[in-house]
Amino acid sequence: MQKERPLSPHLQVYRPQMTSMLSILHRGTGVFLFLGTPLLVFWLMTIAAGPAEYANLQVYFSNWFVKLVLLGWTFALFYHLCNGVRHLFWDVGRGFEMETLYRSGWLVLGVASAMTLITAYLAFTGGVA
Amino acid sequence: MAEFTLPKNSKVTKGKHFPAAPGAKNVRTFKVYRWSPDDDKNPHTDTYDIDMDACGPMVLDALIKIKNEIDPTLTFRRSCREGICGSCAMNIDGTNTLACTKGVNECKGDVAIYPLPHMSVVKDLVPDMTHFYAQYASVEPWLKAKTPVSQAAERLQSKEDREKLDGLYECILCACCSTSCPSYWWNSDKYLGPAILLQSYRWLADSRDEAKGERLDALEDPFKLYRCHTIMNCTNTCPKGLNPGKAISEIKKMIAERSL
Repeated sequence: MQKERPLSPHLQVYRPQMTSMLSILHRGTGVFLFLGTPLLVFWLMTIAAGPAEYANLQVYFSNWFVKLVLLGWTFALFYHLCNGVRHLFWDVGRGFEMETLYRSGWLVLGVASAMTLITAYLAFTGGVA
Repeated sequence: MAEFTLPKNSKVTKGKHFPAAPGAKNVRTFKVYRWSPDDDKNPHTDTYDIDMDACGPMVLDALIKIKNEIDPTLTFRRSCREGICGSCAMNIDGTNTLACTKGVNECKGDVAIYPLPHMSVVKDLVPDMTHFYAQYASVEPWLKAKTPVSQAAERLQSKEDREKLDGLYECILCACCSTSCPSYWWNSDKYLGPAILLQSYRWLADSRDEAKGERLDALEDPFKLYRCHTIMNCTNTCPKGLNPGKAISEIKKMIAERSL
């Protein structure tokens, strides 16, 4: 009797490529941003509700874990934004050479990280004003 | 729906170890995926230590040596041994390529060899290509022209128009790109994948072809073309240095432009 043919290994054996890792990061950050958006709206509503309400919420923002999540969300926002611009270039048919793909990939990671660090610095040191 | 783990009958276990002949100085280790329809075992990786002083430089040389001298039941496809037939496409050292053009010295450490990823395995390193070829046939890969041409004449093409086919006609349909694409892994039932789309673009880009409209109509649905998310593993792995990712983008542009 013939036994059923197996499926050859895929994720299990394929070496992580920069191309696919940045792609799944774009998908991941997109989902993370989507999940965070209701919280952003909630935050804005709290501001609209007045200083007393907002002060209540501020207590949570001093928690280190919440700060870490916010830092993650900030990176997700900037990465998704920058890589979104990379996608726009692809949509007009530009930047498909392997060398360019690696360069634009590193550029996106670098710019997103820098923007995250600047935002975190401004936020945690009391802002611009 | 994407299934990230392997089904129970596909889990890979550890197999046998074949040490090199005593006295061998230049030994490289090859871990090769094995599965036979004729026993009741799961897939497993057999380990072969090969004396590279008595073996050719390419991964295919090592596979042929294993088949000739150690285990004649090892099964794989090969033909031209010079990167033009596409038969020996497999997953070597973590990426898809042709065993005949991949040097053993290009691989770090133990050389892991698996069949092309996320394919139905016929035996050992031989995947079932039936679906892939059926997808190729579905794009009707031949010149379609209705304009009559006299028996004596040929369908002429300018030098510039001919150059538009460079980087497309060289595709040997080895399926390295398609089976490197996560989107093709999860959606190969409906998504055509990079190799077939590059082939499709080869006819769309041909100045002599007169079926552009119907070719684009056939591709315009949520899956056949648009499951490409520009992951770009395809271009990264193509053993011929072609750019299927860019070809797909050109098709998307054609569809966008014709609706303007």
